[in-house]
Amino acid sequence: MKRTDLHSILILGAGPIVIGQACEFDYSGVQACKVLRREGYRVILVNSNPATIMTDPEFADATYIEPLTSDIVEKIIVAEQPDAILPTVGGQTGLNLAMDLRRAGILDKYGVQLIGAQVEAIELAEDRLKFKEAMINVGLAVPRSGLAQSIAEAQAIADDVGFPCLIRPSFTLGGSGAGIAYTSEEFSITVENGLRQSPVHEVLIEQSVLGWKEYELEVMRDRVDNFVVVCSIENLDPMGIHTGDSITVAPAQTLTDREYQRLRDMARVVIQTVGVETGGSNVQFAVNPANGETLIIEMNPRVSRSSALASKATGFPIAKIAALLAVGYTLDEISNDITRVTPASFEPSIDYCVVKVPRFAFEKFPGADAMLGPQMKSVGEVMAIGRTFPEALNKALRGLELKLETRSQLQTADLTTPTAHRIFDVLAALRNGATLEEVVAQTKYDPWFVAQLQLLIAVEHELRSHSLETLPLELLRRAKRFGLSDKQIADLLQASAASRQPPAAIRQHRLSNGIIPAFYRVDTCAAEFEAFTPYLYSTYERGDEAEPTNNQKVIIIGGGPNRIGQGLEFDYCCVQACYALKQLGYETIMVNCNPETVSTDYDTADRLYFEPLTLEDVLNVIDEEKPTGVIVQFGGQTPINLTRGLHAAGVPIWGTSPDSIDIAEDRVRFGGLLRELDIPHPAWGSATSLEAARRVAQRIGYPVLVRPSYVLGGRAMEIAYEDSSLAAFLAAAAEASPDGPVLIDHYLEDAFEVDVDAVCDGERVVIAGVMQHIEEAGVHSGDSACVLPPYKISLYHLNIIQDYTEKLGRALQVKGLMNVQYAIKDDIVYVLEVNPRASRTVPFVSKATGVSIANLAARVMAGQTLEEIGFVAMPEVDGFFVKEVVLPFKKFPGVDHRLGPEMKSTGEVMGHAAHFGHAFAKAQMAAGTPLPQAGAALITVNDFDKGAALKIARDLHRLGFTLMATSGTAAWLSRAGLPVTTVKKVSEGHPNIQDLVERGELQLIINTPLGARAHDDSRAMRMAAVQHNVPLLTTLSAAAAAINGIAALKAKDLKVRSLQTHFRVQR
Amino acid sequence: MGKSTVNPCLLALADGTLWPGRVFGAIGERTGEICFNTGLTGYQEILTDPSYHGQLVVMTQPHIGNTGVNAEDDESQRAWLSGFVVREASPITSNWRATQSLDHYLRERGVVAISDVDTRALVRHIRTVGAQNAALSSVDPQPDRLIALARSAPDMNGLDLAKEVTCAEAWQSAAGSHHVVAYDYGIKHNILRLLTAHQCRVTIVPAQTPASEVLALNPNGVFLSNGPGDPAAVTYAIDNIKQLLGRVPIFGICLGHQLLGLALGGKTYKLKFGHRGGNQPVKNLDTQRVEISSHNHGFAVAADSLPQGVEVTHVNLNDNCVEGLRAASLRAFSVQYHPEAAPGPHDARYLFKDFVVLMENT
Repeated sequence: MKRTDLHSILILGAGPIVIGQACEFDYSGVQACKVLRREGYRVILVNSNPATIMTDPEFADATYIEPLTSDIVEKIIVAEQPDAILPTVGGQTGLNLAMDLRRAGILDKYGVQLIGAQVEAIELAEDRLKFKEAMINVGLAVPRSGLAQSIAEAQAIADDVGFPCLIRPSFTLGGSGAGIAYTSEEFSITVENGLRQSPVHEVLIEQSVLGWKEYELEVMRDRVDNFVVVCSIENLDPMGIHTGDSITVAPAQTLTDREYQRLRDMARVVIQTVGVETGGSNVQFAVNPANGETLIIEMNPRVSRSSALASKATGFPIAKIAALLAVGYTLDEISNDITRVTPASFEPSIDYCVVKVPRFAFEKFPGADAMLGPQMKSVGEVMAIGRTFPEALNKALRGLELKLETRSQLQTADLTTPTAHRIFDVLAALRNGATLEEVVAQTKYDPWFVAQLQLLIAVEHELRSHSLETLPLELLRRAKRFGLSDKQIADLLQASAASRQPPAAIRQHRLSNGIIPAFYRVDTCAAEFEAFTPYLYSTYERGDEAEPTNNQKVIIIGGGPNRIGQGLEFDYCCVQACYALKQLGYETIMVNCNPETVSTDYDTADRLYFEPLTLEDVLNVIDEEKPTGVIVQFGGQTPINLTRGLHAAGVPIWGTSPDSIDIAEDRVRFGGLLRELDIPHPAWGSATSLEAARRVAQRIGYPVLVRPSYVLGGRAMEIAYEDSSLAAFLAAAAEASPDGPVLIDHYLEDAFEVDVDAVCDGERVVIAGVMQHIEEAGVHSGDSACVLPPYKISLYHLNIIQDYTEKLGRALQVKGLMNVQYAIKDDIVYVLEVNPRASRTVPFVSKATGVSIANLAARVMAGQTLEEIGFVAMPEVDGFFVKEVVLPFKKFPGVDHRLGPEMKSTGEVMGHAAHFGHAFAKAQMAAGTPLPQAGAALITVNDFDKGAALKIARDLHRLGFTLMATSGTAAWLSRAGLPVTTVKKVSEGHPNIQDLVERGELQLIINTPLGARAHDDSRAMRMAAVQHNVPLLTTLSAAAAAINGIAALKAKDLKVRSLQTHFRVQR
Repeated sequence: MGKSTVNPCLLALADGTLWPGRVFGAIGERTGEICFNTGLTGYQEILTDPSYHGQLVVMTQPHIGNTGVNAEDDESQRAWLSGFVVREASPITSNWRATQSLDHYLRERGVVAISDVDTRALVRHIRTVGAQNAALSSVDPQPDRLIALARSAPDMNGLDLAKEVTCAEAWQSAAGSHHVVAYDYGIKHNILRLLTAHQCRVTIVPAQTPASEVLALNPNGVFLSNGPGDPAAVTYAIDNIKQLLGRVPIFGICLGHQLLGLALGGKTYKLKFGHRGGNQPVKNLDTQRVEISSHNHGFAVAADSLPQGVEVTHVNLNDNCVEGLRAASLRAFSVQYHPEAAPGPHDARYLFKDFVVLMENT
């Protein structure tokens, strides 16, 4: 029964997207918010991440986009007086925050109870030693291990458990700082690093179960001890690789019933012993393939990435049901949305195979160790559904959008080392004749999976002996049933055919012979009951279940796997578009393959197709549905890249025309347009050879920005200061985009950058938000902090920006969203680029202005004018909204932590306040590097900045900071009469800056390198600052903003205000 | 790779629908009632469960045979089902306990099977149309002949199959403190294992054994086993149970439950397509808790047919069908589902303990 003693519930969000914690907690949070409000509770939400769907004001009664710290949450508790806190849908961040609140006495002080998981259960699950003890006490086996708080203690434990062993720091996210040691040297390094990263200075050292089979069970329990397993997940990659980095398969494929039921029984004991009274948990097991010995590895007493995957894999919405259980319902009181007639107290049975494949971004982090291990390194994932493992695997692999589908040239690859591309290397090895035994010995994959891959390779070999003319239809059908794409088939056939067939020819051949996919439903019950929810996947079977309607319908193409530069922000836009079009009476159809997202919740669009976002797969859906319109604007670069193919296939694309999209993407056409409109842009040229590139650089003048065409997030973009560095960058750019020329722009050093998001209906252009970047123009816009409204741009420049934006929108006949990037230097406003699609800043602008611009854009695409909608003027913004980014450098030791034109951030946070300083301070706090209010500040700036740095130094001195500086800067500051201590650069011996950082003697660093060499010199210092959470400011404008923030913090305490109150007061 | 030979094989339903596939298992021809099982694991237990005698079983889990077969997981001495229908038969065996591949096992035991069938479409068809007979052939896959063959197969309604699967003569299990006489209508090994684990010494007797002979063995309790076919057709069993009621504690499972219901004066009916799988929610009305349970039944006891003094103790939350009953004054109780699991979850094992307690309190 529902609890009636509770009236208001505070939900803790997960904060910014980081490696190990991504969109899945927006999905779980949205589900919890929706269902608890439907049950009549007042829902209060706190999350620092403005890109989330859950922080849209309509999802909660009070929405706080504020830093996730106990101090701030206390203020929210004071303001809102919630009865309870639900901490289990906000990932590790939510649980840690709940524990902080408890430790700080805040829960007791205000009489707020935790629901979903109690403190004791969280402690037991999170404290590895207590957890193991508890498991041993109830007779469950766990790996041998011990906890150490010093190297000496660690050594003693290592003597017991032996090498190789695992080292895991306590209380870190996504296994941060974890490692495997094979030798005592590796052991000391990993332990030291782990101790440093653990907030409690503690590491667990554990018997290695490397190479064992890894399983997970997603389980739920209610307050009367009803227990269900929602899904079993088998990792293709063996133990030793973080499950987030493993290819995983659902359901488990290589266990007999006896062995599976043993895991189930153990999981039940685990959740009972840990004491999770209500909700979902994830239990991980290691199974010795030689004898079945089974060990419990860990459990998470909350919803997780795996539970999001399990929900999408089975159709059983774990987070939603967990929220209902937390407020007192039992599983049998909740009905199954999909079958309608059966209750949630059952275990889903699935009659298909689900494969999840992680998406990595090592290309963004040269120098990072690309070997996979117990610390998660992937940034996103693709899920695919097929009737068989090979079919699902092939769909998942092409969903990665990696161009690696037929990575077949490799003769000998090292399969022993787990890497991001090992699955491709395994396929290549099998193609080249490696035996099952060889592959199993090297990879520790279960032989069953390798045998399935061999079946796939056998089909490939059969295809190679045919041309399109000789290809038997039976073989073509079989190839499709194995999940091979038209493109793969075309590539395989080509080997023996005289002329190469394009994938479109295979498609045509298929269609004319009736070889088309059927769409099957995900129904939770293996077809035992009728499914009322159109949650569909394609497969080459015959009993199509899609049952498309004759309604007016729109397909929205999603963003695919998260990657750096394309993530949650685009899912936000897709979901908003769904809501807008539903309001207009359209049937909405979502196509996407990212299991973490809200867009792939069967509850979001009217119909959901869980499919890879390739032209072939999307066209299959379009053939089935025959939509009124298809929207490519909201999912980022992925659907934009499909535009040409869709257009060529005669698909009705809504919004800005494919030709306009092409003008914006094609540098030559775009240059022509700007000339025509008389809008300045940095001098540029393009080149296909090094010689030509040098000529362009000479003509436009160094420094130059080098970049490939048609890429995402500034991939392989670099600034070259002279001929010598140009060559290396050019090679990298050519690799990133082999088909297009390399683009070379004059780089406007030390310019201000401005981002503009606007909505256009083809005639009218309305700016929604103007954001000023806090970092210099050379930093990718996705990595730069920004403020809305701009705080340092003259009205004169703003007017020019408005004028250019309107001209561009009208010239490109934009229908929907448009993002323009400007740079201001020496009083000239330059256009850097125009993207006639949703940008990363759309959710931020929406939160700051209270206007859902993605929703408006969708209406425009459906034919409404801005006048009809009533959006005709730029919204006023009350106070300041600062967006700050979150970078993943901690996960990649050894990588230079410098910002540049290639985007590297994974997520963002927002701070808002009446004054810029407070807003900036909140943003820094939310990003995990709060501004210090006292201590020592180090200043080391280039000669060009020394004049301006003086003012900053003087301000810091006045604010009570001790000043430190490297010799050149120190001399300059002393001359001005400031007390300053000179410290050594890293290259000047000890003690140097790095030593000071490590000893905790520096609270703030201001470092402005200029030119390539200076960037390299300060690399060690930057790495130390990031590893030790010392705020590091690499531009003077950021430093000035920080001083503004520090002064504001010292002058006045931070206040919190919900978005609902903010916009009510404003209006 | 085992799949290089593409042999035609055909499954035909009595309603005329055809389901082609590839040969798998033994070469031959079989008829029986088509049904489906939604369990994700446990094909070896299913193959050897005597309750499937006379049926063609479709597995909804597409990949079958992955873990081969082993020496420990058989639920009886032989494979009973008439035919086996799968989407994808594994080319290899991968499990540390495996002793044989599924394909060899099926051939050795003469089980005719078919793979590469669109099992989901088939299951949806069965769900919509209901249970019916089918014919499977890898000898002569001629459609019209097979459809006719399916139509000529005996109807499951009114069929006593228990007599075909029961033991020929009584036998004893290991020693124990409670003497249980178990009627073998097609008993699964795991029931015997669990009775033994609960300190029962079990005498297994053939289905037709008269009640008087059973009572002469001086049992502490009588167990009525699972089994195939229509319970109403097993009239001799119903008569025997009537004679035992009130004289000795009784515990029944599956067919044993249905027979107990009939002996108590209730009625049974045939379900549209039955419950077969390991994920069914059963509510224990005594504790109000839900058990995820293993099911295999095509018939059920009608709740409204039960006389006074007989209470329903368990219901299926999917369709409210009776899953357990008790005649407390007669010291008899039974469940329609499978607390012995094998395959399936172990949530209902407490019932074996309940039986022991009932015997101890007598």
